[in-house]
Formats: sequence, C-alpha cells, structure tokens
Amino acid sequence: MARIQIIAISISALFLLYISYLIIKGRLREEYAITWIACTIILIVFSFWRNGLEIMSHLFGVYEAPNLVFTGAIFAILIYLLHLSVVNSRLHSDNKKLAQEIALLKERINKILVDKE
Amino acid sequence: MGKRILIIIPCYNEEASLPALVKELRTIGAYGLSILAVNDCSTDRTAEVIRKLGINSLELPINLGIGGAMQSGFLYAQENNFDVAVQMDGDGQHPPAELHKLLEYHLNKGTNVVIGSRFITRSDFRSTWTRRIGIRYLYLFNKLLTGKHIYDSTSGFRLLDKQAIDIAASMYPDEYPEPESLILFSKYGLQVAEVAVNMRTRQGGVSSIKSFTSFYYIVKVTIAMFYSYIRYSKK
Repeated sequence: MARIQIIAISISALFLLYISYLIIKGRLREEYAITWIACTIILIVFSFWRNGLEIMSHLFGVYEAPNLVFTGAIFAILIYLLHLSVVNSRLHSDNKKLAQEIALLKERINKILVDKE
Repeated sequence: MGKRILIIIPCYNEEASLPALVKELRTIGAYGLSILAVNDCSTDRTAEVIRKLGINSLELPINLGIGGAMQSGFLYAQENNFDVAVQMDGDGQHPPAELHKLLEYHLNKGTNVVIGSRFITRSDFRSTWTRRIGIRYLYLFNKLLTGKHIYDSTSGFRLLDKQAIDIAASMYPDEYPEPESLILFSKYGLQVAEVAVNMRTRQGGVSSIKSFTSFYYIVKVTIAMFYSYIRYSKK
C-alpha cells in the first residue's frame, strides 16, 4: 500500500472518529452527521480503490481525473451550503416567532398581575 | 390512592380525527384520566377543534416535530406531578378501547414502559411488506444493542411511568423518537414490556413515515440508535 493511501485512510478514520465524538457529545445532530459520514465513506473507498477515480472519470467522459474531483466537490459543497442557508433561515424565523410569543405572554401575565392588585 | 394518569395526544393537522378520539376517551369512566393535546403548530383548524373540545392543551408556537411535541407533554406531566403518561396519536390509530391493556399491565406488574404492540400476536393489522421488513430490522438491531425483544419498536402507543417521564422530559430524540428512546430507557435500566393491541388504520391525516423517506428513516434511526447506545453506556 502506497504511503499516500495510508495517510488518506488514517486521516479519514480520524475524521470519522471526530464526527462520532461530536454526535456522542450532542454537538452534532444525526441528520447532519449522515452527510459527513457519507463523505468520509466516499473518501475511504477512493483511498483503497486507487484506480477508482480514473474509472469514474472515463464513465463521466472527463479527460483529466482531478477535474472530476474539483467539479464534483465544488458542486456538492455549493448544494450543501445552500441547504445550510435554508436551515439557518428557518432557525431565524423560528427564533423570531418564539421571541414574539414570549413577549406577548409577558404582556398578558403583567396585565393579570396588575388586575389582581 | 389511585395513580394520576395523563393521556398525551400529539397533534399535527388532526382536525378530522381528534373529536372522535377525545369523545371515546371521555367514555372511559375508570382511572380518572386527564387529557392533554399537544398541538405542534398545525396549519389546519386543530387549535380551534381543541378549544371547542375544552381539553387542556399546549400550543407550540413553532413546529417541533413529534419528538419535541412529546417531550413538551412529558415536561407538562412532570411539572404537574402525574404518575403515568400514555401517548396516543391524534390520528385515531390507537383505540381508547385498548388503553386498559397498557394500564392494567403497568398497574399489575409495575413495568416502567409499556408498549402497545401490533405484532406479538396476529391481529387484523396489515401493513406493506417494506414496512414490515423495516420493523423486523429494527427489532433485530434493538435486540443486538439491548438484548431485549421488542417487536414493535416504532409503535407510538406507549405508557411511561414517573421514572420514565423524568428521563424523557430531560432528553428525548426530536425526529423519529420511538425506536431510539427504547435504547435510552434500556440504558437507564428501565423495564420495557409489550402488550398486544389492535390498532385501527388512521382515521385521517397522513403517516409521518412516507415511503420515499423510509430509506432516510432507516439510516437516521440506525445512526441515532447506535450513538444512543454508545452515549448512554458511558454513564
């Protein structure tokens, strides 16, 4: 096994362990972990299967294998960023709704307290 | 003195089926049941239906999903000192006529968690073969992790005692909580048992597990169960 393979495989394995650590600590939700675990598995597969990249490039009709990596990776990253923006927007509007709800409740409780006095 | 029992009904767009369910629950004279509906930010007239029925309810200002809604119910049960909480889905799948089976089992044996199961004995419940394979897989995976035989780990018809309520109130999975929470309960040393019940097909609404998301469901639940197993082993 070539040196680069060993390096790639051990880094992927460490990455996988770190993802597991984050999930166990409750800092990463499983929904997001699925993406990260899938990416790591793809990395590990191509670390073991060195010809894989060439074969995939031929399949897609790409002349230079690294170009496939860049195109694929950038596309995937863009999609994932868009997804995170959507999630973030939803969190933002949920947060606003919660704040408004609490403010209205406070106002109602205050009114009740004032009426009682 | 009898135990104080709370029926928690998580509702998401259940305006069609909720009135019948509540009506049936009210005909049960024994046990002195209290009813709590948790309206998970429904987009139909569920809130209005709940008001008309005059039952206690938690109106969630944002949609939390079934796990978050149930946890809200468990927090209410904890705060109001209930001894037992029973989850019954708002779509009418869980018939109130079967409720006594869960309650009697708990009252006689003191089991912490009792699940109303469709599969212990053959009943008139039918489902698709893909769903059956999924449930079979969850049974085997659960057995592998906890060593317990739970045939219907996706069933939402379940009873929790005070100890289980305390755990569920402080930590409960958000999405697809049923199979994962069983790992949690087992890890905390609670007893989990199943009783056979007859379930109806839903009276209205749609399943939270649609066919095109079922693969995602299995993957997500597998990861969640596995990590729950590791997480709570360390305690």
